[in-house]
This record gives sequence, C-alpha cells and structure tokens, in this order.
Amino acid sequence: MESFDLVVIGGGPGGYVAAVRGAQLGLKTALVELRSTLGGTCLNVGCIPSKALLDSTELFHQAKTKFEVHGIEISAPKANWAQMLQRKREVVVSTTKGIDFLMQKNKITRLLGIGTLKPNRIVEIKNGTDLTQIEGRNIIIATGSSVAALPPVPFDGKRIISSDDALELPEIPKSMVIIGGGVIGVEMGSIYARLGTKVTIVEFMDGLIPTMDRELGRALEKSLRHLGMTFHFGTKVTGAKSGKKSVTLTAENKKGEAVDLEADYALVAIGRVPYTQGLGLAEVGVSVDARGRIDIDDHYKTNVAGIYAIGDVVRGAMIAHKASEEGVACVEQIVGQKSHVNYNAIPGVVYTWPEVAAVGKTEEELKSAGIAYKKGSAPFKASGRARAAEESEGFIKVLADQNTDEILGVHMIGPRAADMIAEAVVAIEYRASAEDIGIISHPHPTFTETLKEAALAATGNRAIHF
Amino acid sequence: MKKDIIVPAAGESVKEADLVNWYKSNGDYVNRDEAICELETEKATLDLTAEIDGILTISVEGGTVKVGDSVGFITASDAKPAAAPVAAPAAPLSNSAPSVPATNGGSSTYAQGHASPAAAKLMAETGVAVASGTGKDGRITKSDVQNTPAPIKATDVQQTAGAQPVVALGFRSERREKMTRLRKTIMNRLIESQQTTASLTTFNEVDMTAVMDIRKKYKDAFKEKYQVGLGFMSFFTKAACNALMEFPALNAYVEGEEIVFHDYCDMGIAVSTPKGLVVPVIKNADQLNFHQIESAIIDFAKRAQAGKLTIQEMEGGTFTITNGGTFGSMLSTPIINRPQSAILGMHNIVQRPMVVNGEIVARPIMYLAVTYDHRIIDGAEAVRFLVRIKEQLEDPTRLLVGM
Repeated sequence: MESFDLVVIGGGPGGYVAAVRGAQLGLKTALVELRSTLGGTCLNVGCIPSKALLDSTELFHQAKTKFEVHGIEISAPKANWAQMLQRKREVVVSTTKGIDFLMQKNKITRLLGIGTLKPNRIVEIKNGTDLTQIEGRNIIIATGSSVAALPPVPFDGKRIISSDDALELPEIPKSMVIIGGGVIGVEMGSIYARLGTKVTIVEFMDGLIPTMDRELGRALEKSLRHLGMTFHFGTKVTGAKSGKKSVTLTAENKKGEAVDLEADYALVAIGRVPYTQGLGLAEVGVSVDARGRIDIDDHYKTNVAGIYAIGDVVRGAMIAHKASEEGVACVEQIVGQKSHVNYNAIPGVVYTWPEVAAVGKTEEELKSAGIAYKKGSAPFKASGRARAAEESEGFIKVLADQNTDEILGVHMIGPRAADMIAEAVVAIEYRASAEDIGIISHPHPTFTETLKEAALAATGNRAIHF
Repeated sequence: MKKDIIVPAAGESVKEADLVNWYKSNGDYVNRDEAICELETEKATLDLTAEIDGILTISVEGGTVKVGDSVGFITASDAKPAAAPVAAPAAPLSNSAPSVPATNGGSSTYAQGHASPAAAKLMAETGVAVASGTGKDGRITKSDVQNTPAPIKATDVQQTAGAQPVVALGFRSERREKMTRLRKTIMNRLIESQQTTASLTTFNEVDMTAVMDIRKKYKDAFKEKYQVGLGFMSFFTKAACNALMEFPALNAYVEGEEIVFHDYCDMGIAVSTPKGLVVPVIKNADQLNFHQIESAIIDFAKRAQAGKLTIQEMEGGTFTITNGGTFGSMLSTPIINRPQSAILGMHNIVQRPMVVNGEIVARPIMYLAVTYDHRIIDGAEAVRFLVRIKEQLEDPTRLLVGM
C-alpha cells in the first residue's frame, strides 16, 4: 500500500489548493477526486460556468439596451443559446485543464474515484469496480457541498431543477420560478431574465440576498425589477406539480394567502448542504453536527487524530475563496506553521449586474452588537467614470467605528464591485481607518474613486464630489 | 527652545557607539531625566536621558553614531499636549462630535501594534514579540518581526494530536544576527591578545581546606558585621595582590619599548553577563579589606547583569582574575586581558585524593592557572607567583603576616 504524507479527498478549490500547498512544503501528496475533472463545484458547475453565462448574457443585454445610446446601431441581436452553452463548456474545460497542469507541476498523485475513510488513516478509492487503498499520515476532507433539496418540491431534473441543471438547460425558457433569493437565485435569475425569460423569485425571507447588508438587497431588488423580474417575499413554497411542459407551485405568503405560480421551470436554489456521502465518517468515528457539517476545532482538526476538514463541508460561508484559505492554513498548520484565517476579512460577492460585494460587518450586525458607527455612502451617479461608461447604478457604503474611525464594513453595489471589494479587504485586514482610504490616492477616472468618496463621507462628511 | 540630543563621550577611547533602541517614539512627550534611548559602546551600554521636558523628535533611528553626533532633539514644552496621550490609549471621543475623525498622527491609536497577516504569522511561529511597529500608526510590519531577535527559547513545533509522525521536513532554520558592538570588541581584543603576546600558561593546585575552614568559622559573624557574605574571591584577590607586589612584572604593561610597572593593584574581575563577558575593575584592591572586596564584587555582578556598569568602572585594570569554576570548569587557559600581562584562572573545587603525611586523604582541591606574557615575564617568575598564591591560600595566616 502506498503511503503519503498528505491525502486530500476532494479536488475543489479547497482540496486542490491544499494539495498544491502541501507539495510546495515538501509533503508527498495525493488528491482523491470523484469527478474526472478537477476544480469541484466551483469550476465544473458553480462559479466559473455561471460567470461564463453571466458574461455572455450581460453582453447580449448591453447590445439590446445600451448600444444605441453609445451610438452603435445594429439590427436586433439574437441570443444563440447553444453557442453560449458551448463557450461556457470550453471555459470550464480550459480552466479544469489548468488545474491538471498544476497537479503535474507539483508532482501530486491524482487518484480518480470515491474516497472512503478506513481505520488507521487508510483511504480506499473506489473507481467502478477497482479498489485501491492508500495510507495518509495526514488526511484532509474537502468534499464540499451539493445542492440542498426542498422536500415539498423534489428535483426531477426535467421541470424542477437545481443550479447544476440550470447551467445546461436545453432551451431559453419563457418563464422560470426560482425558489430562493440568495446568491445562486439572483445570479441564475439574471442569466435568464437577460435572455427574455420571465423570472419570478420566491423568497422566504423579507428581501433578496438576506445575509448581506439590507441596503444592498433593496438596491439589487430595484435593479432586477428593471430587468423584468418579479418577487414574492415572505413566501413559503408548499408544494409542486410537475407537468410535461410546465410546473405548478403552491405557496403561502405571510398573511396566510395562497400564491399559485406556474412556469416552464422551477429552479430550487435554497442553498447547499455538506457533501459527505460515501466518505465513511461513521466508520472511522468522525463526528458531524446537526446540519451534517464535520466538526472541527480552530486548527481544522476533526475529533479523529490525523484527519482534518476544510471548506463547504465545515462551518462557515460556503465560498470557494474561504475554502482555499482554509486549505492553505490547514496544511501549513500540519507542518508546524502558525497560520490563521481572518474570517472577518473574507469578502462576499454576487455577480449580478450591477455587481454586489461586501466585507466586514453589516449595519444590522453592528446595530445588534451595540457598536457605535459612522456611515458614509457615495453613489456611482457622482462618478465621472461611471457616467462615461453609462453605468451609474449603485453606491458604496463605508461603515466606520464612531470613536476610532476604523473601517468595520464596506458594502457596495455597482459596476465592477466584485473586483473593487479587494481594496476594502486589504483595508479591513490592516485595520485601516476611513480617513486612511480618504487620504490614499485613487486613480482618476475610475470606479474606485467612489470608495474613496464613501470613506471621506464616513470620515466626517467630507466627500468632495457630491 | 530646541535641545539637541548629542552622543556623549563615554570614556577616553570611545569614538562611536551603536544606537540600539529608542525607548520613546517620535512625537512623544518626554520628561527631563527620563531615559529616551539606549547606546551601546564597545565597553558598556548606557542610557541617554532627556535634558529638558518637551516633545521628542528623532532624527537617527538607529545604527552607528559618532561621539558628538545629534540623534534628535527635544522641543521645550511645559505641559503635555492634550491630544497626545502617552500611556493611555485614545479615549473615546464623545458622541456629540461625530464628525471629528480619530487622530492618525504619531500618537497611540487603536491600530498601534496591529500586525499585518504575514507579521502575525511570523510572530506566532518564532515567538518574537515586537514592542512597537514601524508601520503606519504603529502597525507591525513583516520586517519589524524579521528585524527583532527571536527569544532564546527554542520554538516548539506544533505536534498534531496523537502519536502520528508530523512531517517537518525542511523546517530547520538558521538565524543571522548582527554582532553587538560588545561582541565585536570582545572578538577583536581576544584576537589581538593572542597575536601580540607570547602567552603561556602555568598550572598549580591549591588545597582549599584552610580557606573553607575560615569561611565556615566566620561566615555568620562576617555577614552580620558587613552585610555581605565571605566568599572565595576576597581570599584570591588578597593573595593575588600580595603576590603581584612581589612579582611586579605580572602587574605591568608593555608600552612600545618600555615596561610600565604599577605600585598599585587595580584588579579586574571577569563577569559573565547575558550580552557577553565584561571586566569591571576594583581600584586599589591591594588596599582593601575582605569585606570591601566582597561588596565591590557583588555590586559589580549585579550591575553587570543589568548592563549598568559605567565605562570608567571597566577601564585601567592592571591584572585580572577569572573564575571558570562557577560554571564547573576543572582546568582552562585564560587569555590575557590586554594591555595587562597576566591573568589568574580559578576553577571548581573538587574533593580529590591527596597524600598528606604519608596517608591518602580526601581534600578540596582547586586547580589554578596563570597565563602570562612570556615577553616580559620569565617562566620562573610566573611559577613562583602562582606558588605564592597557593601558599597563602593553603595557609591564610600568611595573608596576615605578609609572608
């Protein structure tokens, strides 16, 4: 039986990054993955393919709605859905091939199949009927998550679908009901709404992206209404009836009134659950919590010596970059380094248009924690760059400590917010004050000036440009 | 009024010093006579104190400075500026002034001591504690940690739970540290001594029975009378002084083509300190009583540990005693402390079988070594010098009657 210093189960952004870091640190490393392509949910059926479709559909939408004002005259553009899907597949293939290259470059042993834990730190890999056993002096579980099912609306893969299916629909639907107004719901909804699908979002909570700052959800709702989406908040889906060409949903709003919805497709996007199927956790005694997440301590150690867990399969946000940071920190800790993940400085991003991004504390969190804060907001309307780009929707909000001026949270909705949030992450990591960002030079004309303006506004109502 | 902070002339041969550490930060309010920075010369470390009350401005952060250089200045100010709390963290501003931003100047802010991610990791791994960061508002940067010496305690490599082997391949490290000025001085002087003298060591042994008996007999009374313990060093110092008077070449310097003899004995006592070996000098040791010698040694030892010996106290010895016995040395060959010409090495006291009056008996024995500059001291003189010390220690009555 071959023995490794490190065995990683799961080849997503948590697992493959952990494997590369292990190899960099001189560990003999193996990576076990059930899919034939690496990259996990993120690269195969998550972040990357959805961004490919979001970008294609946003360009289409721009051609339809913004070219004219820019002085570009074209005949009415037509969406070639098959080509969009094909391009998306090509992006996925080239990206996952990139991961293959990283594995070779770092001399990581790749093992295809379902990894199952056995006693004495043995991992059994099952590929069809082939069984292989390897020994891992250290084992990291990075098996990620899968889509969460909603019992009254069971997936059928035809009319009641998951986000995986929504990335490969055979047609552009005329209508779609999306259950769940979180990140996945609004991103998938945006793809189809831009293509002309009548999208209805049903959300149990009172607004969109409910875990983020409320102002962002409200602003996003306004933008998506412009795109033609309709919303049912505070509404609970109670049942579904799938037909040949459509699906009928029954729901109930807060007042107890029945809401009936019919659409070509119903997309269930209520979240994701830890994926631990076939891992053999019970057999080796690894404990999980009530929500099926693997229990870990601050050093990613499970209750079984030598077995660690990171990413979506453990507590915390189910986000690719959080998993990657945990993978690195976990491996570094295994070799004796004192690495640390600052969970307060992990940004959240939503790839709608305008994009939504945030880091640090929300206003709601600061209020409930009783922290005195100052608030500075700056609209993109005041940005010359935004006007030139015909992209002046949205704003940036900076929340700073009332007494120390330390930046506690940055929330933005607007053009390229997903990229701009990185500056705020650095600021929070270094505990910058609002005035610091207000003093630092920002290039003109750029969208980033709006962050500086918001910081100046928070510093003492000192914004220059509005 | 502005008062420059000038590197003082600390001893006759001292021309430059290392500015090791500022105790105060730029912009701090300092009180007169308060220590503001630490200088290390080739002989000692010393604190510079503020000459006036006021605001400190630092112009030289650290490194080698020359005597007479200005390293900063103090701008006179009677009262502490209200906005620059020195000790307490910034007090919360009142809620009635929400538009006033927190100060971001040189004074202490919430960010003081906040480590960057890489700095925090490095601190956790090395155990280095950085007192104040050089980053904006006192943030700790990666280089702040890299430039702070690690504590002597070895870092513990984290063990994973259970007994499984932790793979720690390639995590050995080496550490480079700039030599302190004291270390460089020790290095240069030892090499100079080895290269410029014709040094040779002679040995003898001394039966410590008599000295130990006297110590046992008078230990308590001596302590009560003089508030200091009766140690071995006073016996050796007295015995050495007497012998040096008889053999003055061992108490002499070579200067060019002349030999400088001393009719006094300034006794250097080698003291080990955390920073390295220093040799404070007991002036006119030949004139002192036992208790005066013991008191002087205790005082030197304490202040040497704290790095508080002055340059003057370490200049001008005519002879040196070094006691490797305190660390368990059985026998060693000391190196002459130039410009002196000889050094006495003491060692540990061990019960050894001795033949006394034809019988083998156990006796407390110490080996003695004298390293001497053969250029001006003949072998016979050095041997007889050491024998004189041995005779006095084995029969301390000789110390009394001068035999």
